Amino acid sequence: MWAEYLEFWQDRYPDLLAATWEHLSISFASIALGILVAVPVGIYLAGNRSKWLHSAVFGVANLFQTIPSLALLAILIPLLGIGAKPAIFALFLYSLLPILRNTYAGFQSVDPSVLEAARGMGLSQTQRLLQIQFPLAFPYIMSGVRLTTVYIISWTTLAALIGAGGLGQLIVSGIGVNKTELIVSASLCAIVLALLADRLLGAVEKFFSRRARTAKTDASLLANG
Amino acid sequence: MIRFVGVNKTYDDGHQVLKDLNLEIKEGEITVLIGPSGCGKTTTMKLINRLIQPTSGQIQIDGQEIASLDPVELRRRIGYVIQNIGLFPHMNIARNVGVVPRMLKWDKTKIAQKVNELLSMVGLEPRMFANRYPSELSGGQQQRVGVIRALAADPSIILMDEPFSALDPISREQLQDELIRLQTELKKTIVFVTHDMDEAIKLADTIVLMNGGQIVQSGSPDQILRHPANDFVKSFIGKKRMSANRSMEEMPTASDVMVQSPAIALPTRGLAEAIKMMESRRVDSLLIVDKGNRLLGSVSIYQVIDHYGDEGKTVADIMSPPTHTVRKNTPLSAALNLMSEHQLSNVPVVRDDHQFIGLITRGSVVRHLAEVYSREDEGEQAYVG
Ligand SMILES: Nc1ncnc2c1ncn2[C@@H]1O[C@H](COP(=O)(O)OP(=O)(O)OP(=O)(O)O)[C@@H](O)[C@H]1O
Ligand SMILES: [Mg+2]
Repeated sequence: MWAEYLEFWQDRYPDLLAATWEHLSISFASIALGILVAVPVGIYLAGNRSKWLHSAVFGVANLFQTIPSLALLAILIPLLGIGAKPAIFALFLYSLLPILRNTYAGFQSVDPSVLEAARGMGLSQTQRLLQIQFPLAFPYIMSGVRLTTVYIISWTTLAALIGAGGLGQLIVSGIGVNKTELIVSASLCAIVLALLADRLLGAVEKFFSRRARTAKTDASLLANG
Repeated sequence: MIRFVGVNKTYDDGHQVLKDLNLEIKEGEITVLIGPSGCGKTTTMKLINRLIQPTSGQIQIDGQEIASLDPVELRRRIGYVIQNIGLFPHMNIARNVGVVPRMLKWDKTKIAQKVNELLSMVGLEPRMFANRYPSELSGGQQQRVGVIRALAADPSIILMDEPFSALDPISREQLQDELIRLQTELKKTIVFVTHDMDEAIKLADTIVLMNGGQIVQSGSPDQILRHPANDFVKSFIGKKRMSANRSMEEMPTASDVMVQSPAIALPTRGLAEAIKMMESRRVDSLLIVDKGNRLLGSVSIYQVIDHYGDEGKTVADIMSPPTHTVRKNTPLSAALNLMSEHQLSNVPVVRDDHQFIGLITRGSVVRHLAEVYSREDEGEQAYVG
């Protein structure tokens, strides 16, 4: 059996590689869009006190989250046609809520007395945002992005259904011609991709939040001791 | 000099927090704002660096109306220590202290030099602390950093909102002492908010006592202690400090010094009973007081022993009538004169309606003086630190 797989991979690895690349591009594009929209909106919401606006924005983001993915893809076909574009758009909608939520939580987590000190010492609004709030919220934003990335990579497989390509495409055709090696290999690639992304982003998160994290554990140790 | 002219502040919810505030804060002095919670101390302070805008009235710094200044630039010229310290958790101590100098674009070596100088000044070895993060410092160390962070850009005005309130008494004392020492060198204009009258007395050149958004009294600690403007000020200063302060100027009265529950007996007691009572109270005489609490006289142990054989007698039969009494508000000095003049070992204290209320004895006088002097000692320590 191993021999069969080896032979298959030798034979088809350019296809697998191309599909993986395509898969990655789709996922990456949707998450990048998600970050571009959700992070600023989250920041804006955190600085805004209107209850009404909060429930409106979170309501809409929640709504996208609850539409079944297949249904969303189907709805988008008449609007955006088929191919990578509607797929990216749908996945982008899915990525909004977790990133938004974490950005919001991150900004909310900044100690108000820290902000007041910053204001009182003469940091302008932009300086407060860039030098104080964003760095302190960053670990939260990063863990939102990481979470989103992992499940967007796995959902990208579905995008093949509206002709977006990627590893899902290989799986679908594997089912069509009843070729198990193809299904298994493509699935494996998707899994490995998700795991790698998780690890990589985890490392980034850790790198940037090392200080805040150590700070937190130290503080709790002190409090307990 | 900072001057408030007719300042009112009403928050959006319609709550008027400051009412026609007029105040002068002198240059190079520590001015302490003190008052009960919610009286508007923090609001007053935040008006100075424009964290809060007045509803009406003017605030001037050195004659210049601050409403006409750019708030961000104004704040960089005014040091600010907030109550909860508010160190930036993602910056190390050196970067925390250097925040304002960096914004003012000082050059790097000058900033580093200033940071080291300030850290050493408050006893934090720069090599050890400069690269630590705030969470790696004790509460007292963080508070020190909070204070020197406000000093970093050499502002001439520093605002401190209950900067030491979260500390244990020992670190608080230490930091107060450090502040006094720093101030003798630096001569800043410091506005200091506190709840703690001891802290105010210790630090202030001028105390401003507030209540309900208004100034109740302002003046030097000594002026306020000696001449509290009204009952509110008195209650705020506290009984203990008042009496410690008063005893230097006014004599206590008879009722301050007397024993409140001396050995007394009803006139119907027999002589054996009288001896028993003297024994158990360890006294050599009894005051005879009737059921209406009126003083009838006194019997000494000698009188009782003289008549002891006569079983039919009661204390009323052998007592001598009171020769001298004092009123409860007779000054102690008058009572003492009376006692020495007539060779009395004690003198009863009565109310104006002749009701008996207590007894001054030599022992009670000594106890009272001892109390006053030990209180004065504590007072001294509080002043000197
Ligand atoms: N942003 C605000 N909106 C509405 N009311 C406020 C606001 N800030 C403060 N207040 C009210 O104004 C009053 C004075 O507040 P302030 O913070 O000046 O009191 P304080 O004297 O500093 O009290 P404390 O000693 O408790 O710090 C309080 O009754 C408070 O509830
Ligand atoms: Mg306050």
